[in-house]
Amino acid sequence: MSKRKMNWYKYAAPANFYPIAGKMIPVFTVLTVLLFVVGLYVGFFIAPTDFQQGESYRIIFIHVPAAWMGMFLYVLMALYAGVGWAFNARLGSMMATAISTTGAIFTFISLVTGSLWGRPAWGVYWVWDARMTSTLILMFLYIGFISLQSSIDDPRRADRAGAVLALVGLINVPIIYFSVQWWNSLHQGSTITAKSFKMAPSMLAAMLILLGACWMYSIAVVLTRLRYIIREREHEAPWLAEAVV
Amino acid sequence: MGGYAFYVWGSYGVTFVLLAGEVLMLMKRKRNLAAREDPPEYETDSSPVAASFQELQ
Repeated sequence: MSKRKMNWYKYAAPANFYPIAGKMIPVFTVLTVLLFVVGLYVGFFIAPTDFQQGESYRIIFIHVPAAWMGMFLYVLMALYAGVGWAFNARLGSMMATAISTTGAIFTFISLVTGSLWGRPAWGVYWVWDARMTSTLILMFLYIGFISLQSSIDDPRRADRAGAVLALVGLINVPIIYFSVQWWNSLHQGSTITAKSFKMAPSMLAAMLILLGACWMYSIAVVLTRLRYIIREREHEAPWLAEAVV
Repeated sequence: MGGYAFYVWGSYGVTFVLLAGEVLMLMKRKRNLAAREDPPEYETDSSPVAASFQELQ
């Protein structure tokens, strides 16, 4: 019996990945719209009013997915940057660059929505507590990565410098996650743990569907940006002239 | 929204403005790329003003 093996290394080449990314983008775009519509419907029309926080708790449906995306995308960005650096895989470095803007936007959204939720919940827009400060540091790490890469003309040197920063900054992610356990914090603890969740099922459903929407959006946008980065960096490659743009 | 409209709609408003802004930035990047890869050919000006200007020269 013959076993068919998929050669994943093949897709590490921009020439092979470029057309596949182009085919995936419309699928993820449709899923993004679908999940946002369903998630917002469940969040605003099905999930009940919270007995303690009233309607203001509905910010959780976008705040938590945005905060998670900020952290997930940072880990992904650092891993891709590390792979690009260690194996001299330029597609990995390009992927890290493509992820950075979207990660920064989600981190900014988590800070703004957290601030807007903090005012009715705690009476203040901002406090320098561990969770919020470490998330702000995450935002600065993204800005640092983007600024460092754009300040170096040679793309491969920019990739290496960015990779060092991204990998060093990775230490901040567990600090954000465990900050509410390690320090006394105004921020509430984890809503969902491996063993339990402290929400009504419809509330949890809305949050998870919107998390899915944020994932689909991120994949669609990152793949689109990655294709543009490939076109910018490899504009002299003969395969690009033949590729369907 | 039980008196919390500013906070709730403000949160969703900021989110969608930023996400839409990112999509618009990508569309602009695509246009710039297309212009760089396939620069427009400048046609020679055949207007009467240009013709009379050429005659003067």
